[in-house]
Amino acid sequence: MPTKRLADQVKAPTIEEVGLYINGIFIRADSSWTVLQAARAHGFEIPTLCYHPDLPPEGQCRLCVVEVGEGDRTRLVNSCTYLVGKDLQVQTHSERVIQARRIVLELLMARAPAAELIKDLAAQHGVYETRFHIDDPEERCILCGQCVRTCREIVGVSAISMANRTPEKQVATPFKEESEACIGCGSCAFICPTNVIPYTEKDGIRTIWGRDFELQPCKVCGNYIAPKAQIEYWAEVTGDPVESFLVCRDCR
Amino acid sequence: MPRFESVDHLTQYRREVKARLDPERPQVLVCAGPGCLPLGSEEVAEAFKEALAEKGLDAKVALKSSGCQGLCALGVRVLIRPQEITYQKVTVEDVPEIVETTLVNKAIVDRLIYQDPATEAKSAHKGEIPFYKNQQPIVLRKLDILDPESLDEYLALGGYRSLRKIFFQMTPEQVVDAVESSGLRGRGGAGFPTGRKWRICREAEGAVKFIICNGDEGDPGAFMDRAVMEGDPHAVIEGMIVGAYAIGARQGHIYVRHEYPLAVKRLKIAIEQAREAGFLGKNILRSGFDFDIKVSQGSGAFVCGEETALINSIEGFIGEPDNRPPYPAQSGLFGLPTVINNVETWANVPEIINMGADWYAAIGTEKSKGTKVFSLVGAVNHTGLVEVPMGTSLRQIVYDLGGGIPEGRPFKAVQTGGPSGGCIPEQFLDLPVDYDSLQEVGSIMGSGGMIVMDNTSCMVDVARYFIGFLHAESCGKCTPCREGLTQLKYIYEEITSGRGEMEHLTLMEDLCRAMASASICGLGQSAVNPVLSTLKYFRDEYEAHIKEKKCPALVCRPLLKYTIDPETCTGCLACVRECPVGAISGVKKEAQEIDQELCIKCGLCYEVCQFDSVKRE
Repeated sequence: MPTKRLADQVKAPTIEEVGLYINGIFIRADSSWTVLQAARAHGFEIPTLCYHPDLPPEGQCRLCVVEVGEGDRTRLVNSCTYLVGKDLQVQTHSERVIQARRIVLELLMARAPAAELIKDLAAQHGVYETRFHIDDPEERCILCGQCVRTCREIVGVSAISMANRTPEKQVATPFKEESEACIGCGSCAFICPTNVIPYTEKDGIRTIWGRDFELQPCKVCGNYIAPKAQIEYWAEVTGDPVESFLVCRDCR
Repeated sequence: MPRFESVDHLTQYRREVKARLDPERPQVLVCAGPGCLPLGSEEVAEAFKEALAEKGLDAKVALKSSGCQGLCALGVRVLIRPQEITYQKVTVEDVPEIVETTLVNKAIVDRLIYQDPATEAKSAHKGEIPFYKNQQPIVLRKLDILDPESLDEYLALGGYRSLRKIFFQMTPEQVVDAVESSGLRGRGGAGFPTGRKWRICREAEGAVKFIICNGDEGDPGAFMDRAVMEGDPHAVIEGMIVGAYAIGARQGHIYVRHEYPLAVKRLKIAIEQAREAGFLGKNILRSGFDFDIKVSQGSGAFVCGEETALINSIEGFIGEPDNRPPYPAQSGLFGLPTVINNVETWANVPEIINMGADWYAAIGTEKSKGTKVFSLVGAVNHTGLVEVPMGTSLRQIVYDLGGGIPEGRPFKAVQTGGPSGGCIPEQFLDLPVDYDSLQEVGSIMGSGGMIVMDNTSCMVDVARYFIGFLHAESCGKCTPCREGLTQLKYIYEEITSGRGEMEHLTLMEDLCRAMASASICGLGQSAVNPVLSTLKYFRDEYEAHIKEKKCPALVCRPLLKYTIDPETCTGCLACVRECPVGAISGVKKEAQEIDQELCIKCGLCYEVCQFDSVKRE
């Protein structure tokens, strides 16, 4: 379960506040919040997988679905993208929600049987094994897209993206070739919730997405700071000279 | 073509064109629709050109290529006006005879006219043939008589008449009201009320708004939007101008898949003609209203027919759907309010304005107004495009228009709404076809695909085919659709290969429930329809596959068994020579035997046997 970030819980109410009901309990929330933010701020549990508080939500995993509406007119929506509204009725653990979540977890267990995170999450929902067919017992990627969004939104280089459709869906560099745009920063591997993006460091060379990056040693202590390509990118983004990044944080 | 500076100018020109086009002048219209084109309609048209020249008739007779004339099963179709004689299965060789008999001697070529498969009665005129007689065309009404590349002809048939009414007699608000009270619902699939969609977009904040025509028709076997874009492109443009005026959009996009090159070409020609004539561009007909249209081409991904995926594709991003809300009417193309309607929806709009909302609302059922175009395909005698009022029964469509099932075989099911529609069994043949009735029995209207199946279709195999299609076309963004379809495909392969278990059926039902409620877009949500409807209405077929390891319709190859009847086998060895794996052996002139271990169940022995000695079960 991803840790609840402080920012989720104590976001100060701004101009407009709306009242809504979660599991029948009346709560108030900033009108710009999503249902997930409102729920978590008030201590309601909603499991998430592809959601990360620092990334724009894309609602791919469908684990955070909640049931909104009343009577016969209800439907499942992503709590991570659905905005709160006045008098909105939200059910976080209705029978329909639980059924969908369990199936999603069973499907992910079949897709990525080697992903510990999924097994743990599934166990929390009472799912201990999958009834579905397992194609690759070693697979760990759950296609949550956090790596892609991190590369695009946080790093700002868009070196990787989702490629192909369902039968071949995968995270890849364009045409699966060495990416000119990649700076070797490794943020994708860092954010990956199932540690599936391979990268190695040996003799001052970092290898990631099939490309080798020469690492820059600190001018003072000699420890590696970052790939040279990343330091050049820092210089480009900040407008500061490359030299200003050649000393590591400890020696500065 | 002049540039029309005013409505009066347009009216004056329309009169001139009408006077110029003599209604009594003989016309030969060769169908160049999606069905007839690959059957050689271009060659037929060329042959007419030569034959007419030979008889010295080329100045007297107008020769044209028209849009789809319907009844595609019996193409190439030729329509002779003004007598309205329709010829079918015309080949290059038939052309001199048609010219001699019909155009010179004013008689009918008997062998090329329609013959009813049941009564064997012959009819030469369009109005007598049940396929045409029982239709009520609004969208398709000009397709068979119009040269799609001629704006003059479109104008002569009353084209762009609605502009006079909207610009000078109606406020945009009144246009929205008219479309709303006409009861028109989106023809692309979901059936959302068009007027309400326009109103939401009209009322949405934003100085810049867009309208989009969704021409990304991708259902297997469906070609109604293609036929309209190819056959009557100006109707789509006219509808879009009305819509743009109603919601206040200055820019429109027509999104067409690149597999429809002729549609792209015709739309581009029509847009250029409309610009020249002043129907598009600045200050249209001095109304003070500006609007223009751009054609955007997709690369043929089925999911790009989904509104938000289509918008992403136009914007240059990956064609994957977005979570809704916000809806495109509030935040669509480039984040601005956008109305997306399907080709057929747009093509209905000019007639609603011309004839009035009440006229339109009088056609159809209580909640589904107007007509619907269906592409009727599969096991019917008369495959082709049909347009009938909403509420027409499936029986009427299949038997009266479709001419029944070939060789009198029994009806089994009809699948409506494209790959994600449901299969409707015989007990619902009298169901009135409208949005709500179809949904009640587990199917959808979809964009209007209609596939008829007889007893030679295995319903498990049918569902397997559609799941395979949807699996290949699912974008893979959300877990339920991506992983769900992968698993459904796997389960179907197991069942049709004889490895199915009864637990699979429960698992499929569980999975479908989650997919229907938790997928992002309509593709995943409705992908369950072929599965659930066949499970509901044809469960016995699933059970036969699983429990008895048999395919009752003898379709699923791994479940078939070929044997040779020793009583009737003459030992001619024809099957032995055909068998690609050498599985048949025996002494010449004595009964042969099939080695079941080696047999790959290709069925060649079954086909080649002259004595019906090879048995299939």
